[in-house]
Amino acid sequence: MDEDRRRFLKQVGAAAGLAAGAGWAALAPPSWPLSLRDPDGERGKPHSSALRLPKNGFAVDAAPHLPQLGVSRGDNVDAMVRSAVAAIGGITRFIRRGDVVVIKPNVAFERAAPLGATTNPEVLIALVKLVREAGAADVRVADNPIESPESCFVRSGIRQAAIDAGAVVYLPRESDFRTLEVPGATHIARWPFFWRPFLGATKVIGVAPVKDHNLCRASMTTKNWYGLLGGRRNQFHQDIHGIISDLALMLRPTFVVLDGTRVLFRSGPTGGSLADVKPGRTLVASTDSLAADAFGWEQLLERGDEPLPAYFAKAKERGLGTPEWKTLNVKEEQVG
Amino acid sequence: MSLLLPTLQSLPKKTAAVVAPNRDGTPWYARRLRITTIRILTQGFFFALFLFLLWVTWLSRLGGYPASLFLEMDPLVGFATALSTHTVYRWLWRGIFILVPTLLLGRVFCNWVCPYGTLHQFVGWLFNIATNHDRLKRNRYRPLFQVKYFVLVVFLVMALFGSLQIGLLDPICLLVRTVTVAVAPAVDLGLIDLSQRLDPAPFLSSLVFKPGTKDPRVFAGAWFVGLVIVGLVGANLFIPRFFCRVLCPLGAFLGWLSRFALYRIDRDLTKCTDCNLCLHGCEGAADPQAALRKSECFVCFNCIDDCPEDALSFKLSPPSLANQILGSVKAGTATLFGRPVISKVYRTELKTPDVPRRRFIFAGVAGALAYPFLRLSKAVNKRGFSDKAIRPPGSVAEPEFLERCIKCDQCINVCPTNVLQPSTLKQAGLEGLWTPVMDFSVGFCQLNCTLCSEVCPTGAIQKIDLDRKLGLNGYKNVGPIRLGTAFFNQGRCLPWAMQTPCVVCEEVCPVTPKAIGTYDEEFTRWDGKKVTLNKPYMRPELCIGCGICQRECPVVDDAAVYVTAVGETRSNDRTLLLTGPKLS
Repeated sequence: MDEDRRRFLKQVGAAAGLAAGAGWAALAPPSWPLSLRDPDGERGKPHSSALRLPKNGFAVDAAPHLPQLGVSRGDNVDAMVRSAVAAIGGITRFIRRGDVVVIKPNVAFERAAPLGATTNPEVLIALVKLVREAGAADVRVADNPIESPESCFVRSGIRQAAIDAGAVVYLPRESDFRTLEVPGATHIARWPFFWRPFLGATKVIGVAPVKDHNLCRASMTTKNWYGLLGGRRNQFHQDIHGIISDLALMLRPTFVVLDGTRVLFRSGPTGGSLADVKPGRTLVASTDSLAADAFGWEQLLERGDEPLPAYFAKAKERGLGTPEWKTLNVKEEQVG
Repeated sequence: MSLLLPTLQSLPKKTAAVVAPNRDGTPWYARRLRITTIRILTQGFFFALFLFLLWVTWLSRLGGYPASLFLEMDPLVGFATALSTHTVYRWLWRGIFILVPTLLLGRVFCNWVCPYGTLHQFVGWLFNIATNHDRLKRNRYRPLFQVKYFVLVVFLVMALFGSLQIGLLDPICLLVRTVTVAVAPAVDLGLIDLSQRLDPAPFLSSLVFKPGTKDPRVFAGAWFVGLVIVGLVGANLFIPRFFCRVLCPLGAFLGWLSRFALYRIDRDLTKCTDCNLCLHGCEGAADPQAALRKSECFVCFNCIDDCPEDALSFKLSPPSLANQILGSVKAGTATLFGRPVISKVYRTELKTPDVPRRRFIFAGVAGALAYPFLRLSKAVNKRGFSDKAIRPPGSVAEPEFLERCIKCDQCINVCPTNVLQPSTLKQAGLEGLWTPVMDFSVGFCQLNCTLCSEVCPTGAIQKIDLDRKLGLNGYKNVGPIRLGTAFFNQGRCLPWAMQTPCVVCEEVCPVTPKAIGTYDEEFTRWDGKKVTLNKPYMRPELCIGCGICQRECPVVDDAAVYVTAVGETRSNDRTLLLTGPKLS
């Protein structure tokens, strides 16, 4: 008898407990603990918080007395990088001990370095070395290529270069992207951004080759930021100049290096034949990517007789740089 | 403490018991270090090696590893492709690595090397718990186990005609395909998720099969490939080693060969008491308690371990002693060389597979009929082939492709962009099921990549270098390999139909000069805005059909530029233009 009663009470207790639990989870107001109630469907939707980059980007304080454009010409890439950066104030102006530095090369395509479609790995090595000498705690090399990321990094030589110089390579994965808010941007006010390398980053350096581009005519340091975005990038061509101007707004770098060691002067941005490449033997360092790009347009792509692509004017309107590079303080040096 | 003390006190005693010599004077480790232990270690080694080789089948890891080793040393792959092509491609001579041990020792491959066999055995060991009585029953030979010989005959007859289908069920092909299409992507999904939760966990993320890919890899029909392996592995719960005993064509091939094996398990009739305990762990269902079926025996040695009378041994060419027995076995008065015969079952060996000849003939006829049934099913012919049957670069013409491709999907495994997909019935028909085709809505053929041609074990994708693929240097006269041709659907193209600038296709076109040109037009839109429309067109002489234009086209569901197979250079039947090099 006792056993039967006990079993009966247990069963009743269990049933009542389950009913009460289910009732609580389904009916208690959403703010109550353990409530699962979702009266209007809002609670069940995925929530993503948007990121913002620092207000002034990653730029250091302006130094009006220094040249804005450091140009070095020659064949010794390491010395050229040093000289160009020295011209705009030296690496110690930009990088402090303990900085976490993101370097963004252009690794968009799976091409060997001599084909000029990607950043020259020697330039990257020299730059990483320079940054590390200045005491950077962590140097990260990141890009989100068009073609398969690993193949691009391997084939272009950027992967080996980064590893050899002591940087860490960040290849993009689906989960590495977070929505970035770019206040004031026309198209990319909210867009998936390759954020993982930017976790804790204090400085950002862009290093981009000089390339012909089928649609916007020239792809250099400003267009280079394209590789930090994810999502449906193939819609960007519907207003490519607006997008590049947005890119300039999105990322204010510490400084940029325009890698003019080679110039992909036609069949860009992909290239694929040595016949499309000519030696440029030039490197430009600047805190003003528009100025650097305008220099490249005129001096390296040698298109000075054509008007600048529309994105220069659009970005200038927003106060993002000075395409009239000749009006700036330019320091040019022949190295080796 | 008081709880621990008795244990502590008895420890020396226990140790002494462990290291005590056997009763027959052999040292203690002879009890532990059985040949079955060595077998398990060997199986573990080969299973790990198999997974490791699939793991290194990736651009950044392929440092000269023989990535397709298991496929190449699969003697059925070598034999069947030799039937269909009359040649032995590249590394397929490695089949000798398995062939020779089989001719010496029997089907050792099945229980010492084969990773799929190991998987089945392991799953059975883990999940198939049964009473001793049931186990003896389950490990008896059944006529059902003949099926694998019919499967083999059907496949080999088809191979003779030039339709290679062994890959559907060959265990190595099947497992490589399953890992590639279903297991590896699933593992990666889990590892990446886990490594993100346990940040920082660089070790976990370095374990992934396919590092450096942006999106999770997707495969057509992954669910079906996954279902097949779950089903086949699950079958172990009903019939132990179901796949190995019933279906495996490689097992049938090796079983047929093992009639020549010099060694076999032998039963000493003067010791065997017919207790049937040898059936307890018999993997192959080879009847070690009676006339050993050589063709079924996996040489796992479990029977020797389990025999309480020490009546079983592995012997070099043991003679058949049936006619040396004097007296009557039935009456119990028989003697063998003067010693009493205890076992009532006096036969000790059955050399060949126990399959009636007429059934063999039926299987052969079925194979001979299967060939025309499949080949006349339109998908693979000169006319009526699918526009989406786009083969990887270096592939031979379709009829030869079907003579060679074993559907192992190693090419799909190594492909960095995920463009290579296992064909469904839609693209290559039943005959080409799971063969590699390109799906440009997923990926594209990367210009400077020839990895699929490196790993193909059978030459369905011939080994090519970049010069051959791109038509450079020595191959200038032949030109580049074309996979197909891109077409514009002007009705869906943004500049052509929607007054909207675009030409992503031109941007990403990787050849130089570009195969996509534009008609440039200043245009006033419906809303009065002035735009420059670069309306794209194809230059078919330059297009190599790599499909990156389709992959990057913003009209993502049904791209405004798309590649179809016509124009491919692997066969004159499918070319498009009058000009340009033709095959001789």
